[in-house]
Amino acid sequence: MTDYDAVIIGAGHNALVCAGYLTKAGKTVLVVDGRPDPGGCASTREFSPGFRVSDCAQWLSQFDQSIVKDLNLIGNGLRLGQPKSTISLQPDSDHLTLEGDTISGAGVDSADQAAYQDFKKMVRSFAKLMSTLYRSRPPKLVEQNWTDRMTLMKLGLGLKLLGREHLRDLMRIVMINIYDVMNEHFSNSALKSTIALDAVTGTNMGPRSPNTVYSYLHRATGEHLAQTGTTQVIGGMGALGQSLASAAEKFGTTLQLGTSVSAITKTDNRVTGITLDSGEKISAKIVISSADPTTTFRDLLGYDQMEAGVAKRVEHYRSRSGTAKLHLALSALPDFTGLAADQLSQRLVITPSMDGMEQALNPMKYRELSTLHTFDISIPTIEDPGLAPSGHHVLSAIVHYVPFEPDIGWEKGKPQLLNQLMSELEVYAPSIGDLVMASELIVPSDLEASHGMTGGNWHHGELSIDQALMMRPFPGSTQYATACEGLYLCGAGAHPGGGLQGLPGRNAAKEILKRGVL
Amino acid sequence: MSDVSRDTMLLTTPFHSRVEAMCNINDWGNWMGFTTPNAYFDVELEYFAIRSTTGVFDLSPMNKYRVTGTDAQRYLDRLITRDVSKIGVNRVGYAIWCDDNGQVMDDGTIFHLGEQDYRICSYQRADDWLAWNTLGFDVTIENESDTVAGLAVQGPTSCTVLTLLGCTDLNQLKPFGIAHYTFEGLPMMVSRTGFTGDLGYEVWVPPESAEALWDQLFELGRDYLIKPIGSHALELARIEAGFLQANVDFMPAEEVVRVGRTRSPFELGLGWLVDFNKPLFNGRSALLREQEKGSRYRFAMLDVQGNKPAEHSFILKGKKQVGTVTSAAWCPTAKANIAYAQIEMPHGAVGDELVAEIYYQRELHWTRLLAPCKVIDAPIFKSPKRWQTPAPPH
Ligand SMILES: Cc1cc2nc3c(=O)[nH]c(=O)nc-3n(C[C@H](O)[C@H](O)[C@H](O)COP(=O)(O)OP(=O)(O)OC[C@H]3O[C@@H](n4cnc5c(N)ncnc54)[C@H](O)[C@@H]3O)c2cc1C
Repeated sequence: MTDYDAVIIGAGHNALVCAGYLTKAGKTVLVVDGRPDPGGCASTREFSPGFRVSDCAQWLSQFDQSIVKDLNLIGNGLRLGQPKSTISLQPDSDHLTLEGDTISGAGVDSADQAAYQDFKKMVRSFAKLMSTLYRSRPPKLVEQNWTDRMTLMKLGLGLKLLGREHLRDLMRIVMINIYDVMNEHFSNSALKSTIALDAVTGTNMGPRSPNTVYSYLHRATGEHLAQTGTTQVIGGMGALGQSLASAAEKFGTTLQLGTSVSAITKTDNRVTGITLDSGEKISAKIVISSADPTTTFRDLLGYDQMEAGVAKRVEHYRSRSGTAKLHLALSALPDFTGLAADQLSQRLVITPSMDGMEQALNPMKYRELSTLHTFDISIPTIEDPGLAPSGHHVLSAIVHYVPFEPDIGWEKGKPQLLNQLMSELEVYAPSIGDLVMASELIVPSDLEASHGMTGGNWHHGELSIDQALMMRPFPGSTQYATACEGLYLCGAGAHPGGGLQGLPGRNAAKEILKRGVL
Repeated sequence: MSDVSRDTMLLTTPFHSRVEAMCNINDWGNWMGFTTPNAYFDVELEYFAIRSTTGVFDLSPMNKYRVTGTDAQRYLDRLITRDVSKIGVNRVGYAIWCDDNGQVMDDGTIFHLGEQDYRICSYQRADDWLAWNTLGFDVTIENESDTVAGLAVQGPTSCTVLTLLGCTDLNQLKPFGIAHYTFEGLPMMVSRTGFTGDLGYEVWVPPESAEALWDQLFELGRDYLIKPIGSHALELARIEAGFLQANVDFMPAEEVVRVGRTRSPFELGLGWLVDFNKPLFNGRSALLREQEKGSRYRFAMLDVQGNKPAEHSFILKGKKQVGTVTSAAWCPTAKANIAYAQIEMPHGAVGDELVAEIYYQRELHWTRLLAPCKVIDAPIFKSPKRWQTPAPPH
């Protein structure tokens, strides 16, 4: 007899989704995380007395609606804000607004407006196809069985339904980069870079990097999976974690927080449990890890516990990150030139031209700080005043491109980068500095330490075609099972990847139930 | 314009000055990037030196890797398919290693030199794979290929000759045992190992000792009809004795580019080297699956009728082609025509009667021969001397 049917490492949103489905199906599940709160990167934290912020993920735009229903997340306290439009701030204050399929401002002409509608239509049909793939386990291309054939057939059918023209486009553009695709479709520079920002967010890539079209489509699946638009979660993203935890616990999941897993343990050649930091050993029929693949295989299982080829694949798995977070505690609502007060609650982005983005990426490659960044800004306290003392506000920004650790070190680098970021912000909000009561800069190495994610990578490993779909995280460990018997994956490092989607967790649970290993 | 070849220049071994001096017929080959003699004077006479007196073969081009560190044994246990703990100190074990698909990368010998101290002697360069395998282990791999020179001293009088050289009580050394001596003040290691299936030893010295060792060996061995042997004579002996050769009888998995051209241990008749009692080793999962699903090929030793070596022959069952020959030779001592073949399952079981389609040419005239052959269960050459301890006096 084992202590549990399954032990899940990590209590991120995917782990909790997985636990929810497994316990709903009557299995006994223990979820363990070293963090004090459930949700992993779906977290809310007080970063200055009285000021709370979604300290990692801030936008909910891809969360699969079937999970919301299946696990009754609304009944478990999940509340979403209003869908946001995206406003791309321009130095001359003629800001560009993207709302649904329409765009305005920044001098976009009618040709670009029409092109935008066509572009959205095309992206929508591609993303629809991808969301079909995302909702099932990735098919194996070599070893065909019926489930995989069905998935491939649906994919094939979907490809047919795309029509010849779109199919040709898809085959062509997934291999190229967002820079070229933008230049093919549009002439307005602000429009191009605003869309390109969505293609590089959370990656270690510039607009001209291959794979950026794939990562753009990955985000675009949200339109089909979530159907909520881009929203914030009331109470901060941690409230998503709380509602998932509450749902999972109601189904019978045991949650143990504040204790890390120190090792995945084996009996003979089978994974049979975990050891906690406290030394306590827990046995289970299977272990499911939502920690990133590198943490899972290298740190918890140990390279000496797997065949050498697997260790080699883990070593080759790429998890660099260029994503940082900036958190400001503000004494009042800031002023952004050219924005009305009600527009401040929208998603505000700042990005240089596509060439500028590429230039911003370069220093990071050489472990240097850039003098140019992109910002993806949320002022959550407008919709959710409870996050700050009355009349006060929080500004939270996802910032690119920031190295994992610059050669000058973070002790010297952080104040320098913070100054740099403030001066870039002040171009659009000139007096914001006067309102800042406290500030916090979270760099990739901080995220690695606080959220246990190797490299601080958004997706638990770069989402590029060689590490996606039937190759995620790497050949031999796909379809949620791994090359190590008894060990499964359910986090962002598994198909379909990162972002708050819940699908790795859901798909993993379904696959495990289907295999009948519990 | 220089007319230097664009090919890499071949290297020479520490014995080269002596080898060259004795290579009467000047017949050289390229063995793993080294200039080595195919034959010194006459392949057949060299072969008979191995079988009736002593043959000396320069095996310095073999790759040698020293494995040390607290995890050395665990490291090797994950690397190779057999149980390393069964190779005691001062013992040698024949071993193969596989990739994660359970396909053979190479074979070689593991020398257990001391506590957590081993040497791998391999045919292929293995630096890259051995380095990848260190992930997660406290182990150091040192390439000793250039710092250890080696001679195979094989044949019925080999023990006597080496004893004259100062290898006291060498006749007490068991097969696969290791003994340590000094030669002119430098360490000399002797292992009772070899590729000939007869009484024989391999002598390992620092390169500085090489020339003097060769000189003394041939001086002391003169009365015992010691002869240098080239790779062609060794080839005959190894086929007769049942040894496989990488790049000939199987393709090292890492070098293969075409799908399906690699082979598993079971497909090479080396299943006896796979120990599933070990919880983990490279290729284990794949090999377990293969055991369940069945192998694609079977390794077969064929006794071919007639005296035409079945080199590169197709093997037929009735009219159907079921396999190909990888090594073949007329074996002079056993007086048998032997071939190694890769046979498609389910054919090739011991006793199976097959046909070798042999093509040979005499004075530009090609002849096709359909030679009946039979799968035999053991190497055709068996010398009791190989296993006797004390080593039998000649
Ligand atoms: C800065 C940043 C901003 C982001 N912004 C957004 C956004 O706005 N919108 C969006 O959709 N996505 C965003 N993402 C991506 C998204 O947050 C992640 O892809 C997603 O949260 C991953 O979820 P997960 O459940 O797979 O893993 P995680 O949420 O990372 O959970 C894994 C859990 O495993 C735990 N763990 C690791 N090791 C151990 C151990 N040894 N023992 C016990 N527990 C362990 C960790 O503590 C962690 O809680 C952002 C990512 C980053 C880095």
